[in-house]
Order: sequence, then structure tokens, then C-alpha cells
Amino acid sequence: MNVDRLPATRVRLLDPYGQAMIPVPYRVVHRHEETADTVTVRLEPVGDGLDAWAPGQFTMVYAFGVGEIPISISGGSGPVIQHTVRAVGAVSRAICDAPVGSILGLRGPFGRGWPDRPPEGDVIVLAGGIGLAPLRPVILAGLREPGRLSVLIGARTPADLIFTAEYDQWRAAGARVLVTVDRADATWTGHVGVVTTLLSQVPVAPSGTTRPAPTGYICGPEIMMRLGADALVAAGVPPHRIWVSLERTMHCGIALCGHCQLGPILVCRDGPVVDAGNAARLLQHREL
Amino acid sequence: MIPSDTAQGLAHRPWAVFFVCPDRRGSEGSIGRGRPALRIALVIDDADRDRPNGVKIMSALLRSLEPLVTTLRAEGCTVVGPRERDGAIVLDAIDSAAQLPSGWGVQTGPGVYRLRRRADRAVFGHSAGPQAWKRFLHPPRERLWSADRGVDGTLTITGPDEEPPRYAFLGVRACDLRAIAIQDRVLGASPSYAARRRAAFLVAVNCTEPSATCFCVSAGAGPDVEAVETRPDRAPADWALADLALTELAEPGDAEPLYVATALSPAGGRILARLPQTPAPPDVVAAARAAVGAATDHMGRSLPDVDLREMLAASLDSPHWADVAARCLTCANCTMVCPTCFCTSVTDTTDLSGDHAERWQTWASCFEVDFSYLHGGSVRTSARSRYRQWLTHKLGTWRDQFGESGCVGCGRCIAWCPAGIDITAEVRALTSQGAER
Ligand SMILES: Cc1cc2nc3c(=O)[nH]c(=O)nc-3n(C[C@H](O)[C@H](O)[C@H](O)COP(=O)(O)OP(=O)(O)OC[C@H]3O[C@@H](n4cnc5c(N)ncnc54)[C@H](O)[C@@H]3O)c2cc1C
Ligand code: SF4
Ligand code: SF4
Repeated sequence: MNVDRLPATRVRLLDPYGQAMIPVPYRVVHRHEETADTVTVRLEPVGDGLDAWAPGQFTMVYAFGVGEIPISISGGSGPVIQHTVRAVGAVSRAICDAPVGSILGLRGPFGRGWPDRPPEGDVIVLAGGIGLAPLRPVILAGLREPGRLSVLIGARTPADLIFTAEYDQWRAAGARVLVTVDRADATWTGHVGVVTTLLSQVPVAPSGTTRPAPTGYICGPEIMMRLGADALVAAGVPPHRIWVSLERTMHCGIALCGHCQLGPILVCRDGPVVDAGNAARLLQHREL
Repeated sequence: MIPSDTAQGLAHRPWAVFFVCPDRRGSEGSIGRGRPALRIALVIDDADRDRPNGVKIMSALLRSLEPLVTTLRAEGCTVVGPRERDGAIVLDAIDSAAQLPSGWGVQTGPGVYRLRRRADRAVFGHSAGPQAWKRFLHPPRERLWSADRGVDGTLTITGPDEEPPRYAFLGVRACDLRAIAIQDRVLGASPSYAARRRAAFLVAVNCTEPSATCFCVSAGAGPDVEAVETRPDRAPADWALADLALTELAEPGDAEPLYVATALSPAGGRILARLPQTPAPPDVVAAARAAVGAATDHMGRSLPDVDLREMLAASLDSPHWADVAARCLTCANCTMVCPTCFCTSVTDTTDLSGDHAERWQTWASCFEVDFSYLHGGSVRTSARSRYRQWLTHKLGTWRDQFGESGCVGCGRCIAWCPAGIDITAEVRALTSQGAER
């Protein structure tokens, strides 16, 4: 095994303690119900925690005796890791139900996250549903430079919006935050329509102008990411500066199990964040 | 020389962490860091790794394999070799060379594998059987850890702490040696794989009689063991492959075949030095080389001589996949017999008390519908997409993912496919269709 030629994550995994294989215990220290089916948990390590994470990375979260699933890191500082989980099956349900004080296991952080925003140019975040969770660290980092950041959020209904308490804080810090829903309810007075329709309210510098090129970050259902990337390109964002986060089944998170293959890439190792051009090339083939 | 404290230090010296077989044993240490201790052996003789380049090649003539089996067993190794069972050559533990499949050959073809009697008493005169060495290095079922929940809710997770088995593999063909190198690259980061792999002593055997389904030459994986061992893409720091190489010379009428044995590692050299032997006369060595050379010219099959990665990437929407899908039963046989297929699934379980949990890893196959299951449904539901995943991964995208091909040309998938689907024929059809487009 020639370690020099392998990506850095693989080198770390040669750890003889098997840390990459064995979940590290974390205690649930805070729990917030975002929506009827989505919960944000804050986790604190019981002993030694995981290594430092970067926005867009994920951990494998283990619910005792139930199973383990990949979940993006939606925030946290120091040793605390925050996850936002939508209950769609046995394991995600068990994580959502974990009470404060209970123990979950974490492995990670794994994967390539969002590339840092370039020093200049507008930053456009496009989020659909639970897809806002992995983008939250990007948004928080972007707030450090007021005026550059636009956050476009879409959800099925107003009741499916997550992190709603934070939108005004983000606005106050200088971000443009626009929200839309597919189906309004009686209380909703905001925008209705798919998230890409919000783009018309965002001034994007078309390429060829003297303003620096914008950058786009997208996460949501696969179809939304495809349409979102197309819309950003149409609005003048260069394709190589649009990033999406892919989802595939993962049993290990460290390029050993083979489940997350998407053609030439292993999503856990080469992703989950990839550029929109690559994603489009791969996703154009049905059932790849 | 050995960094004793940090995992990072060890990570940069992966060769320093393993259980070692004959003569490679060093001091044994126990290291823990708030986690269950994993016992590791530290190799003190760092120069041992610099093989095969630093090793003086030494050839000897052996008249029997019994002393080799006895010596390896005395070193504490479980010797695994080919055995005849239920109409096939399987791989299993042996305690005597007499258990090797003396005088058995095979006849193979698409969907065909039959034993036949040979005119001589060769024990390695059969090509790849239904099993590969991966079943020992990467077992079909493995417990990754167990967890106990205390009364206060605390969680204690314990990794595998048993010593890895110390295998000596007897009769690893060049294609299978290459397959082990390929799995090293994929699974080397798994601590349990690494421990088993590094403890194993490998006795390779040159192939002198390929079968109709073999195509190791065009896969760059044989039939010459030393050529595989010294492939240009094998960096010096790669894990060593074979320790000893044998070439079997069997003549009808001889009571036992002769073996030209060559040491390819210092450990192999030390074992070889302990065996009863005579110097190999130059004409016998030349005859052995010639037999391996002749095998090169007798491959039953070949891969098309094009850039398969590019060809397959351009063929993802070819109508030919539907043609294969009409024949493929998606039985997953090909993935089970393939020596490089590595995919696994994990299952988490609890016992009746609910406070003891385990994680088990089992072989999986891209032919299973559930393999690509995402909540809501599977990505690859059609047989067309699952066969395409298998073939394009083996010969194409494996290069993108791991920098080399995932096929060694052993022909197992052809012989053990109930539908007789032949990977070389399918890739040839795709190539000619691509050329027409
Ligand atoms: C990189 C990444 C980041 C993610 N981030 C988040 C996030 O931040 N928040 C979030 O809510 N979700 C996230 N997800 C999605 C999340 O992982 C899935 O929703 C989760 O796996 C669902 O698991 P489940 O057991 O609850 O649901 P299920 O749909 O019951 O099961 C999903 C998984 O369980 C296994 N499984 C279940 N049934 C079968 C079967 N019949 N056969 C074989 N295997 C089976 C498979 O591994 C499958 O992928 C992310 C996914 C990825 C890949
Ligand atoms: S794909 Fe077939 S021929 Fe190639 S290594 Fe696997 S089993 Fe052998
Ligand atoms: S190619 Fe043959 S062995 Fe492989 S899944 Fe299809 S029918 Fe089974």
C-alpha cells in the first residue's frame, strides 16, 4: 500500500485502533423539533471526540441496535456536533426519537465538503427541504462578509421549513434570505413556487461583466439539484463554480463497502459534494 | 524506528502493524488509547520490506511439498490449499500435502466447470476454482464490533480483539496474486483485512496450463508470478505479495511432480532454506520457464485491445445492456466467485436483553436490488443497470476509483455463470458496437 499516492482520508484510516470503523459515543445534549418529522440534535462526545469537521462533511450516526446512516453536519462548535435528521425510516426515526441524555455513536467526519467560497463574488445558496441542513455551515460562514450572500430556501409546505428561527438572524447579519413553498396554507403570505423561481429576485452578475463571477451551492432532492444547477447557469453562474451534494446508500462511509458508487466516483470518498458539471454528466444516465 | 505512541505515526508506516508469519515475527506489543486494545506485532527488521527488489533470487528443486506443509504448520500457520470436493477444486485447510488434488485437472467453458483425470500427478494442474483466497482475507461474514449498553445508558464498543488467523496459502496463481494486490488497494484501510493480509504467507504457483476461460495475459495478471510481483505499477512500498514461487513439473508416470522453488521474500528465503532440496539444474529451470512461457500462448480468451475505460464510459446507454439483461438471471454468482469483488453490507443486531448489540459485515453484490436502496426505492432496479454496474466497474470505473483494472482474467465469472454469460464476449460486443457508432 503506497500511502503517498492515496487521498489523505485513506491515510488516516490506516489507524490500527479501527477508529474509522468503530462508533465513538456521543451524548444528546439538546434536541429541537424543527418540523413534525425533523429533529435537530446537538451531540457532545462522552470521551475523546472526532477530528475537526468541514462544512458539507457527514458522519455515520449509529442508533444503538437499530443501525447506522450517513447524516451531514448541520453545525456545532468545538467538540459539539449538530445534526438535523428527517425521520424517513427505522434509523432516522430512532435518531429523531433519541431523548436528551441518551447516547448515539458517531464515525467520521467523512467525505469532501463544500469548497470554500472564493474571495470575491456573490454566493448563492439553493436549498430544498432537509437539504438546508448541510448548507447551514456554509451560510454561517458566509455571514462573516455581509452583502455577498443570498439564501434561497424551498419546502413542500410552510410546516416543512427548518431552521425558521434563524432566518431573521441571517437577514440581520446582511444575507438576502428568500423563502418559498410548493403549497401554501392559510397562514402563508410568502412566495409560492419551486425554489428556482426565487432566482429572479436575486441580482446575479452575468458572466462577461466586470463583477467577479458568483458561486452556487445546492442541496436538495436530485431533481431539484439538476434544475437548480441549470437555473444558476442560465442566470450566469459558471458551471464549475456550482456545487451540489449527492446522496447514495452508504454502509461504511470510508470507501470500503461499494454501495455509494456512482459510475467513476465513490460518493463517500470523492463526494458527497461534487461540481454541477460532473453531477450532470453522471446523473444523465438512468439508474447509474 | 517504530513510532510507538501516535496512530498517525503508525498510519504512515502501515507495514509496521501486522501479525507476522514465519520468521517475520518481532516484538509483540499491546496498545490502547481509551479504547479496547488491539494487540499488534511490531516488525523490527524494517529491511524485510524491501522486496522483491532487495532479495537475492534463489532457486531450488523440491521433490515433495510435504516438508513445506510441515514447516509452515510448525510455524503456527493454518495451511490452506486446493482440495478436491464435490466435483470441484475448493480451497480449504490441509495438514498434509497428500490432501492436495493430485492428478486432477479441469475443463471449463461458459457455464461449464468439470473435473477431469490428468495423465500425470500434478496437484496444481487445474485453473481457478469456484473459490478465491478472498474468502480467507476478506471473509464472507465478519463481526466488526460488539457494543454493550450499561444501566446508566453508557455505551462500550469493543472492536475485534482476537488475533487474526495466520494463514499460509499454498498454490496462489498469478491471477489470484494480482487479485490480492487489487484488494489490498481497496481494503487496505480496513484494520481487520490489513491484519489478516499482513500475517499471511503466500506460496504462489506459476501457471503452466491455462483453461478455456482464462485470459490473465490480456488482463495483465499472469501467468508468470514474478511478472505480477514486479508490475511497474507496484510501488516499492506496496505490500509484498508472494513469499515463494513454485513451478510444477509433472510427467506421466512420475510418482510425484518436481517443483522449482524460488524465494521472492526474505521470509520465503528462510523457509526455503529449511526444506530438503537440491540445487535446481539450469536445464530444469529453463524447462520450468519454458512451460510458463508456453502458457502465455495458450490463453483460452482475451479482452479487446482498446482503452476499456473510455470505451465503457462511452457505452453507458448502449442497447447491448438490454441484450445481456435478457440472459442474465441477476443471481450474483459472478460477484461471489470473482476474486476482486469486495462489496459488503453491514447489519446491526441486538440480543434479547436489548443491551448487547453487534455489527456484522457480509459480502454483498451489486446484483441485489437492495444494494442501491435509498429511502423511497433502489437506484438500480433493472437487470440492465445492475449488469452494467458490474461490468463497467470491473473493467472501467475501477480505474477511476483505484487507478487499476478490477479484472485479473481468472475466468471464474464465465465458468460459474448459470447463463453462460462471458465477460470477454460482452465487452467485445460493446467494443464493436461502439466502433460502428
Ligand atoms: C452524505 C449524506 C448526507 C446525508 N445527510 C442527511 C441529513 O443531514 N439529514 C437527513 O435527514 N438525511 C440525510 N441523509 C439521508 C439519510 O442518510 C437517509 O435518510 C437515511 O439513510 C435513511 O435511513 P433510514 O434507516 O431511516 O431509512 P430507510 O429508508 O429505512 O433505510 C435507509 C438505509 O437503510 C438501509 N436499508 C433499509 N432498508 C433496506 C433494505 N430493504 N435492504 C437493504 N438495505 C436497507 C440502507 O442502507 C438504506 O440506505 C444523508 C445521506 C447522505 C448519503
Ligand atoms: S471479472 Fe471474471 S475474469 Fe475478471 S477477475 Fe472477476 S471473476 Fe475473474
Ligand atoms: S452474469 Fe451470470 S453469474 Fe452474473 S448475475 Fe448474471 S446470470 Fe448470474
